[in-house]
Amino acid sequence: MKILVCISKTPDTTAKIAFTDNNTKFDTGGVQWIINPYDEWYCLVRAIELKEADASTVIHLVTIAGADAEPVIRKALALGGDEAIRVNADSTDSFYIASQISEIARQGGYDLVFTGKETIDYNGSSIGGMVAEFLDLPFVSHATKFELTGTNATITREIEGGEEVCEVTLPLVVSCQAGVAEQRIPNMRGIMAARTKPLKVVEPVTADSLTSYIRFELPPAKAGVKLVPADQPEELVRLLHEEAKAF
Amino acid sequence: MPVLIFIDTADGHVKKASLEAICYGVKIAEQTGTTAEAVVLGEVKDDLSSLGKYGLKKVHHANNASLNHTDAQLYTKVLAQAAKATGAKLIIFSNNLNGKAIAPGLSVCLKAGLVSGAVSLPDTGTGFIVKKTVFSGKASAHVSVKTEIKIIALNPNAYKIETKEGIAEVVSFTSPDVASKVNVIKTTKASGEVPLTEADIVVSGGRGLKGPENWGMLEDLAKTLHAALACSRPVADAHWRPHSEHVGQTGVTIAPNLYIAVGISGAIQHLAGVNHSKIIVVINKDPEAPFFKAADYGIVGDAFEVVPKFTDAVKKLKGVV
Ligand SMILES: Cc1cc2nc3c(=O)[nH]c(=O)nc-3n(C[C@H](O)[C@H](O)[C@H](O)COP(=O)(O)OP(=O)(O)OC[C@H]3O[C@@H](n4cnc5c(N)ncnc54)[C@H](O)[C@@H]3O)c2cc1C
Repeated sequence: MKILVCISKTPDTTAKIAFTDNNTKFDTGGVQWIINPYDEWYCLVRAIELKEADASTVIHLVTIAGADAEPVIRKALALGGDEAIRVNADSTDSFYIASQISEIARQGGYDLVFTGKETIDYNGSSIGGMVAEFLDLPFVSHATKFELTGTNATITREIEGGEEVCEVTLPLVVSCQAGVAEQRIPNMRGIMAARTKPLKVVEPVTADSLTSYIRFELPPAKAGVKLVPADQPEELVRLLHEEAKAF
Repeated sequence: MPVLIFIDTADGHVKKASLEAICYGVKIAEQTGTTAEAVVLGEVKDDLSSLGKYGLKKVHHANNASLNHTDAQLYTKVLAQAAKATGAKLIIFSNNLNGKAIAPGLSVCLKAGLVSGAVSLPDTGTGFIVKKTVFSGKASAHVSVKTEIKIIALNPNAYKIETKEGIAEVVSFTSPDVASKVNVIKTTKASGEVPLTEADIVVSGGRGLKGPENWGMLEDLAKTLHAALACSRPVADAHWRPHSEHVGQTGVTIAPNLYIAVGISGAIQHLAGVNHSKIIVVINKDPEAPFFKAADYGIVGDAFEVVPKFTDAVKKLKGVV
């Protein structure tokens, strides 16, 4: 059983969001980088649990990023996983990134590819679906539970207006969200072990970019809060009805 | 070349988010001198010709029970066929759960640039540029699409539904004969009546509510306002409420007309998921709670005293009591 876990580095959730070069670039100054929470908390941890249940499982991590992503990948390896592959390219285009991941997936012959439901920076929600289509594999999105018996996966996924339980035979691409696993903290042994785990760097294959980010903007500031005394909730109702026309 | 809109159904009914996608697609069609057509997969209960009142000229319907479940791989193949048959150069999805499941596959299949999370009409002045949210709502970006065929996934609640006059022509089409590899064994409907991402009004509770047993007053308020319920992350992590209600940077992103936050401090990760709400109301006993800085209206007070009175006042206004 071989699992490929897609890892993206993203700014820490408390990072100041600002832009430089005439608002054309994200300002990385002072930004702490983390593993995209969906990739870490759900995909990686679930893969580790599957390996704990079946020691013959092999977990590879893949990231498409420059060398500056290596500390984040080492952190992922400290949680678990056998080796990491970094495709040496920087891109914000999902099609390009998915092309690279698909190439790695094809070469490695994985049974299962895990991606987060989205990254918390560009919010594309695209990589899993794209990789699946590149590989012509079934894609189950927004998984909230993932169980495996042999090569049969039973997956609970969020759908519009509810939940669906489905069965699929591997190979398969799954995007994960809350529920699939619980966040873990790396321990000292894991951190030590991660230092010597293989981190392969490969050059990207030729692939197109279909989109590009032209410019960014921050939302306009709020005008300020209008406070209503605690003993007059009916006044708040009046303001919401008459002034804000909210209901 | 029509603009092609994917219509998404739940339980056989057209989703509100799809109506928004239709109106958005119709507007682009008007601006670019073409017509808007739509595609529906699987059995439906609604009268599809009535979608003409949103400006659709034609609805392509693959009325096939094997398409009742949204399977990304299968849907991608069927939609690619519909796109090719109509010659559409622009395909619109709602950026809801189904749109997120299918649009990326179609993007690869048609080699069409995809912008997901769009919040306004494309700027076609120089090229084709679409504004979308990034950093979970903390900022937005203008994205240029370079391919001949383009796909936009529109955020729910980002475009207004407008009705006109008209009846759409419904044409059936035969989907390619491919079987789904995903075998659905059970479907469960969400407990709330109003889907969270589509809701006009959202009532949300945080750790300040002390425990799941105190959600009754929020449910009462939500019911009175016909609102959906949401919560902060610790509330879902503690299993007071289901994770499907968890909003924020690592949960669901929403943009309702009115967001009422009760006993939520307003951490940056929470704000990220809700700051596109048009009006934010905060009820919190701590005047220093950061949420007040992001709010339009607020009450500094104890939720257990304020909320029931607030609900009563809404009921009185609505003539419920
Ligand atoms: C990587 C990461 C990702 C995260 N993602 C998310 C996310 O997606 N969504 C999210 O919500 N959080 C997220 N968080 C957590 C976030 O940082 C906060 O911890 C969380 O939002 C706090 O939830 P809360 O406001 O319910 O609780 P608290 O911060 O404990 O606030 C409770 C509030 O209730 C008020 N209160 C108490 N009693 C009463 C009363 N009787 N009446 C009125 N008010 C009262 C208090 O004054 C306080 O302001 C994330 C954190 C990290 C590190």
